Amino acid sequence: MFDFSVITCWIDNLLRVEWGLPDFWTLAIEFVLVGVALLTAYALIALVLIYAERKICGFFQCRIGPNRVGKWGLLQVVADMIKILTKEIIPIKRSDKFLFLMAPFFVIIGSILTFAALPFGLGLQAIDFNIGVVYILAVSSLGVIGILLAGWSSNNKYSLIGAIRSGAQLVSYELSAGLSLMVAVVLAGTMQLSEIVEAQSDLWFIFKGGIFAFVAFVIYLIAGHAETNRGPFDLAEAESELTAGYHTEYSGITFGFYYVAEYTNLFIVAAIATTMFLGGWMPLHIPGFDAFNAVMDYIPTPIWFFGKCAFCIFMALWVRWSYPRLRIDQLLKLEWKVLMPITLVNLAAVAVAVTM
Amino acid sequence: MNEGFLLTALATAVVLVVAGSVIALIVAPRTKNEQKGEPYECGVLTRGGTWMPFRVGYYLFAILFLMFDVETIYLFPWAVVMKGMGMQGLIVVGLFIVILALGLAYAWKKGALEWK
Repeated sequence: MFDFSVITCWIDNLLRVEWGLPDFWTLAIEFVLVGVALLTAYALIALVLIYAERKICGFFQCRIGPNRVGKWGLLQVVADMIKILTKEIIPIKRSDKFLFLMAPFFVIIGSILTFAALPFGLGLQAIDFNIGVVYILAVSSLGVIGILLAGWSSNNKYSLIGAIRSGAQLVSYELSAGLSLMVAVVLAGTMQLSEIVEAQSDLWFIFKGGIFAFVAFVIYLIAGHAETNRGPFDLAEAESELTAGYHTEYSGITFGFYYVAEYTNLFIVAAIATTMFLGGWMPLHIPGFDAFNAVMDYIPTPIWFFGKCAFCIFMALWVRWSYPRLRIDQLLKLEWKVLMPITLVNLAAVAVAVTM
Repeated sequence: MNEGFLLTALATAVVLVVAGSVIALIVAPRTKNEQKGEPYECGVLTRGGTWMPFRVGYYLFAILFLMFDVETIYLFPWAVVMKGMGMQGLIVVGLFIVILALGLAYAWKKGALEWK
C-alpha cells in the first residue's frame, strides 16, 4: 500500500530543510496548500456527482440525459456552473438581510468541515481528531442551522414551511445515524477515524460484526439519506407543493451553494458509511488468504475508498428515483417508531455479543 | 496540528462563499424592477404576513430530539471502552439503555409520536 504521508513529509522537508524557511512560513504555506487541495476536491466531487446523478437519473427514466455540451455531455455541469455565476442575485423585499446572507455560510461550513475529516486514503486525511466520530456528527449538523436561517429569513411562506419540515426531519434522523455509528465504535474500540480504518485491516466491520453491523449499516444509509434531504425524504423541498422549499428565494450563485452542498453531503454520507462499515480505504482482506491479500494491496487505497463510496452513492440514487415521496407523518413515524427501537435493540445486542 | 487544519477548513469554506458572491456581484447583471423583490408565490402577491405561527408538533419532536441526543453523547465514551469493561459495565449501561427505551415508550404511550 502506498502511504501518501510520504508526499506530505517530502513537502514539509522541502520547505523546512531545503529552503530553510522558519516554522511560521512553513506552516502558513502548508495550510494554504491543504486549503487549495480541499477546495479542489470539494468542487470536483460536486461536479462529478451532479453529472453522475443527471446521467443515471436519465437512464432510470429511459432517457439519455445530458448529451449536448462536450462528449457525452461531460462539460454540461461546467457550463451550468458558468451560467449560475453570471445570473443576477435578486434582493428580496422585507427579508432579514443579515440572516439571509449568513445562511449559505453555515451550509457550506458544515459540509467542508466534515469533508476535511474524511480519510480518503492511507495518509490522505487533513483532520484526524481522537474524537473523530463525535466531531463529524457535530459539524455535519451545522447544516440544519443554515437551512432554518434560510427558511426564516426569506420572507416567504414556502421557505418557512420547507425549513421547519427540514429541521424536524434532520434532527430526528440524526439520532438513528449517531446510534448506528456507535456500533462501529464499539467494534473498533476507538473514535479516531484512522484507527477505525486500521481496526478493519483483517476484515471489514460489515463482515466481522455479523448481523449487528449489517443492520447498523442499513440504518445508517437510510438515516443518512434522509439527512441529505433527497430521495423519498425530500419533502422539505417538495417541488410540487413548495416550489423549492427553503431555497426558493435564493438566486444565482447563492442557490448554487445549496446545490453544491447537497451533492457533497450525499458524498459525505456515503464516505462515512464506507469508513465505518465498509473498511474505508482498506483493501479487501480475507484472513488466511495471504496471496489474495497481497494482490489486493497493489490497488491504490483511494481507488478502494472512492469505489466503495460510488457503491453507496449509487444505492442512494437508485432509492431516490424508485420511490414516491413520503408524507411528514410517515417520515416521523418511520424514524421514531421503526428505526429508533431497532437501533436501540441493535446497540444493546452488540454490547451483549461483544462482552460474552 | 489538527486544530490548524480545522481552522484552514473553516477559512476555505468562508473563502468559497465570499469568492463566489464577489464574482457574481462583478459578473452578474443588475436590473431594477418594482415587482422583482416581492416574495415568490407563483405569480400572485403574498397576502398577509409571511412569518406565521406553525404547527406545535414540530416543537414536540425537537424537544424529544434534545432528550435523546444528550443521552447519545453520554453513550459514546462507553462505546469506546466497552470491550474492557466486562460484565459490570454491561449491566450498568444496560440499565441506561433500558431507561432510554422507557423514555421512548413513555412518549409513544402518551401519543407524542402521533402526527395529529
